Amino acid sequence: MHELSITQAAVETIIERMGATPIRRVTLEIGVLSGVVVDSVRFCFEVIVAGTPLRDAVLDVVETPGRAACRDCTLEFVVEDPRILLCPGCGDADVRVLAGRELRIKSVEVENVCARPAVARTRPEPG
Amino acid sequence: MCATCGCSDEAGTRVIDPEAGGHGHGHDHVHPETKRTVLLEQDILAANDLLAENNRGWLAERAIHAVNLMSSPGSGKTTLLERTIRELGREFPMTVIEGDQETVFDADRIRATGCRVIQVNTGAGCHLDADMLAKALRTLDPPNRSTVFIENVGNLVCPALFDLGEGTRTVIMSVTEGADKPGKYPHMFRTADVVLLNKIDLLPYVDFDVDMFLTALTQVNPRSRVLQMSATGGEGMDDWYGWLRERVGLGPTV
Repeated sequence: MHELSITQAAVETIIERMGATPIRRVTLEIGVLSGVVVDSVRFCFEVIVAGTPLRDAVLDVVETPGRAACRDCTLEFVVEDPRILLCPGCGDADVRVLAGRELRIKSVEVENVCARPAVARTRPEPG
Repeated sequence: MCATCGCSDEAGTRVIDPEAGGHGHGHDHVHPETKRTVLLEQDILAANDLLAENNRGWLAERAIHAVNLMSSPGSGKTTLLERTIRELGREFPMTVIEGDQETVFDADRIRATGCRVIQVNTGAGCHLDADMLAKALRTLDPPNRSTVFIENVGNLVCPALFDLGEGTRTVIMSVTEGADKPGKYPHMFRTADVVLLNKIDLLPYVDFDVDMFLTALTQVNPRSRVLQMSATGGEGMDDWYGWLRERVGLGPTV
């Protein structure tokens, strides 16, 4: 199950970027053509986050659709069935995948440590 | 969403440095909410892919051609290597990295041919990754201008997603596995530069439609080369050797 090492890589990257900050929510982007089973990622996530700053995090997965372009007739199309990449225009199999292979960490949600008391003035960031 | 002004995290145009502690979306009030979103926008496999590129550079500096061999268990990877080493080993130097969950059985078989071999045991892991290859390459220390065969863990699913830094991706399939496999395991066959159809000496005894296989393969990967062979009987091995010579720049296919 490669989802284990992929989920582990995601969790390690988040800890690397966010340190010990407790994470409340993780949003991953997983393309329908990525070859990764979302339910497996969810299962692995529960196991891997134990004892880490992500232990209370909710996992959101955004599944991104597949798009491809035919090298033969240049038609761009949405891939309905990820198992078969055939051009709906001319039936050719020589297609270039434009989207749907994403395996990305989109964002995390953390406790807002920068909330100031209402009386405090905030200034726009310089630049 | 910010309850004060309605700005949304989903707008996707906020860049926040968690170290700086600023809002970073330029409006002048305090959020009553206690959570904030930090955009990371990072590929999950970035760490593996970076290591794979490092491996690629390391191999290129030494003019080493690395071949990633992937297949189901039992399709004939080790037998193919044994024969290739015996028949081609004099012509150009080669070494082998064996990936299995456990045991050194395959490494023992390769060592018996006189070829230098390193065994990587992945334990629970179902595929090799770029980090494992980096460590194996350093231990193996293959000579310049040689070929390194990487026999991946027998599995038609997981190795497809992991770039190791190899020069060539080779998928082996035997006629005992069924002609419909390219459609069932499209990710694996889609990544192949060359597909070896092995055990063709068994075609009279098994229900395997070669044309159906070729059609199924063309549907998932019309660009890969297909070589039909028998690693035990020797048929078609010359085409494989010719293809290898081409890949390492030793002249065209005979």
